[in-house]
Amino acid sequence: MTHTFVGMPPFPVAAREALADTQLRHNLGHATATIRGKRDQVVAEVENWEELRLAGAAVKDRALRGLDQHLVQLEESLTDRGATVHWARDAVEANRIVVDVARRHRVDEVVKVKSMVTQEIGLNEALQAEGIAAWETDLAELIVQLGGDLPSHILVPAIHRNRAEIREIFRSKMGGVGRAAPSELSDDPAALAAAARAHLREKFLRARMAVSGANFAVAETGTLVVVESEGNGRMCLTLPDVLVSVVGIEKVVPTWAELDPLLRLLPRSSTGERMNPYTSTWSGVIPGDGPQEVHVVLLDNGRTRALADEVGRQALRCIRCSACLNVCPVYERVGGHAYGSVYPGPIGAILNPLLKGTGDPQTDSLPYASSLCGACFEACPVRIDIPEVLVHLRSKVVDGHRDDRIPKPEAVAMRSASWTFAGGRRLGRAERLTRLGIGVGRRFGAARWTATRDLPTPPKESFRAWWKRTDGRLDR
Amino acid sequence: MVTCVNDAIYPGTGAAVVRLLRRLGVDVDFPQDQACCGQPMVNTGYLDEAVPVVRNFVDAFAGYDAVVTPSGSCAGSVRHQHGLVARRAADPVLAGAVADLSPRTFELSEFLVDVLGVTDVGAYFPHRVTYHPTCHSLRMLGVGDRPRRLLEAVRGIRLVDLPHADECCGFGGTFAVKNADTSVAMGSDKARHVRETGAEVLVAGDNSCLMHIGGLLSRNQAGVRVMHLAEVLASTEADPGGAR
Ligand code: SF4
Repeated sequence: MTHTFVGMPPFPVAAREALADTQLRHNLGHATATIRGKRDQVVAEVENWEELRLAGAAVKDRALRGLDQHLVQLEESLTDRGATVHWARDAVEANRIVVDVARRHRVDEVVKVKSMVTQEIGLNEALQAEGIAAWETDLAELIVQLGGDLPSHILVPAIHRNRAEIREIFRSKMGGVGRAAPSELSDDPAALAAAARAHLREKFLRARMAVSGANFAVAETGTLVVVESEGNGRMCLTLPDVLVSVVGIEKVVPTWAELDPLLRLLPRSSTGERMNPYTSTWSGVIPGDGPQEVHVVLLDNGRTRALADEVGRQALRCIRCSACLNVCPVYERVGGHAYGSVYPGPIGAILNPLLKGTGDPQTDSLPYASSLCGACFEACPVRIDIPEVLVHLRSKVVDGHRDDRIPKPEAVAMRSASWTFAGGRRLGRAERLTRLGIGVGRRFGAARWTATRDLPTPPKESFRAWWKRTDGRLDR
Repeated sequence: MVTCVNDAIYPGTGAAVVRLLRRLGVDVDFPQDQACCGQPMVNTGYLDEAVPVVRNFVDAFAGYDAVVTPSGSCAGSVRHQHGLVARRAADPVLAGAVADLSPRTFELSEFLVDVLGVTDVGAYFPHRVTYHPTCHSLRMLGVGDRPRRLLEAVRGIRLVDLPHADECCGFGGTFAVKNADTSVAMGSDKARHVRETGAEVLVAGDNSCLMHIGGLLSRNQAGVRVMHLAEVLASTEADPGGAR
C-alpha cells in the first residue's frame, strides 16, 4: 500500500508534471494562503518576534556546537530513567533496531505518530517486509497512507488533497484495514474527523507497540517532547506497552529552559496558533504508568555530514514548522512531491542535498529549485538563511562537475561569460560582435524562453557605445 | 554601474539614470572598464568564474565616491556576494577592495533618498502606474518604501496597488531557464495581477524582472508597458518619457 520517494526524477521534470495538475495547484494555493494569513496574524502579535527568532537560533546553534557532549548527556539521563538508548548511523541500522524490538515482542502491528523521520528511513516498508503493519495515526498521515500516497507537506502531509478526495479515500480504503467509514460519510470536516477517530480508536486500544518521533530531546533531563494538535500522539505515547522513539540527533536541546523560545516560535510559525493544543513529554519508564519498555533510537543518517558543512549546518536548526513551505512561490505551484523527499519546499531543497550529499541528478537539481526570492528566510523562525545555503550548494554541485570530461553547455557558457565580463573593453567588443545580452540568453536556451515569453528587441546601440560616441552628453 | 543587462539590452535606463542624477546636481561618470557584478555566476554556483568578474568590478570603480546602479539585485550582489567571492579567491587584497567598495554601492532609490536626501525629484509622469517591488530590492537589500515614496512625489502620476506585490515574479536569473515551467507559472500569475490593476505601466527597479513579466504581458497582448523606475523619475514635462 505504501509508496516511496526512491527513484524520483530531478526537480524540473517532477515539477512539470505537477504544474499540469490544475486541481493540485488550486488545492495548494488555497491551503497555503490560509495558513499564511493565520501565521502573519499571530506573528504580528509578538512585539519582539525578531529577538525571539535570534534566541531560537542561538539555542539551536549552541546545541549543535556541543552536539557530541549533549548527546552523551542525553543518553545518560535517558538511561538513568529506564529507557534503552540505541545509536543508528543510517536508515538500515535504525530500521533493524525497530524491527528487532517488534520481533522480540511478537507484535504484528504498531501505531505511529510524528513519523517524518521514520518516513525518511523507510521504516514502514522495513516493517512490512517482516510482516508487521505500521498504522499512521496523525489524521493527515492517515489520509496519505490510506491513499497509497506520499506526504507533500511537513505539517499537512495531505495538503494536496481536498475534502472530496479525502472522503473517497476513507470510504474505499478504511474497511480493508480496520473499522470501515460510515457508508453515508459526507465531506464535512467534522464528519471526516469523526470517521478517522473511530477508525483509529480501535487501533490505539489494540496495538501493543508504538513508534514515535520527537520535536525536541532535552539532554539535561532526558526528556523527549512532542507537540501536536489532535491528541492522537498522546494516545500512542501512553497506551501501548512498548514505545520506540526514533529521534534525529539534531533534535537535542541542552537544557529544559532552552525549550522556551522554541516552544513559542513553533506553534505560531507552523499552525498559526499561539500555543499548540497538546505538548507531551516523556522520560524513560514510570512503573505502572504508560509504556513499560521505552527505546530511543538516536539517528544520524547524514546529519553529521550536514554538520561538517560550514555554511550548510544552519539547516540543522530547522524545527520543521513548515513556514518556509507556506510562503514559497515555487512550492505553492508545484507541491511537495516534486522535491522527492519527506522534506519538501525550501528546507527540503537544502536539507536533502546536505543529508544525502550532492552528486546524483535528483539531489543536484534541488538547490536550483528556487528563484532565490528570500521569502523563506524572512519566515523562518530560527533564521536559517536558506538562499545563502542554496547558492553555496549550487557551488558544490558545480564543483562536483569541474572534472567532467565533457563539460555541460552551461559551464562552457559561464566560462566564456566570465572571460567577457572580466573587462569593459572585452564586453564592449562582445556587444558589438554578438549583441551579447541576448546572445548569452540564447546560449542558455532562448528557445525555451520564447516559447512562452517575448524577448525585448535589442537596441541599435549599447549604453557603452553611446557613452563612448557622445562622451556621455545627453544632447547627442 | 549601468549593469550588463541594461548596457546591452536597456541602454535607455542607463541614460535615464544619467539624466536624473545630473538634474539633481550629481557629477556622473561611466568608467568604461566596468562590465558585470558577477551575480549570474555566483547565483548559478560558478564561484571560480565570478572571481575575475568581481576583481574587474572593484578595479573599475576604485576611487569613486559612490557606485549607483539601477538594479536591486546587482546592488544586493555587490553587498552580499562579493565578500563570498573574495573568500573563495583567498585574496586579501581583493577582500580589502570589496570591503571598501560594498558600503559605497547603492541601488538608485537608496542613493536618492539616503545619500541625496530627496524624495521629490521633480518628475512628471501623467499615467496610471503600478509598482512591483522586486525580491532582491525588497528582501536582500531592504529598500523598503523608498521607491514608493519617490513615485508618490511624481506629478501627474496615478499610483495603484499591485495585488500580491511581494510575491516573486519567477525570473530568478538562470531559474527562468532551468525551471522554465515553474518560472512561467509564477510569472503568469504576476502578469495577471498586473492586468487586474488596470495600470498602463508596470514599474520596477530591475529590468531583468521586467523583461520576464513584460515578455509574458506582451505575449498575452495585455497592453501594459513595463518601465524602469529610473525612466519614470527622469521624465519631466519638458522631456516626457525620460529617454535620452
Ligand atoms: S527551515 Fe525554518 S521555516 Fe522551514 S521548516 Fe525549518 S524552521 Fe520552519
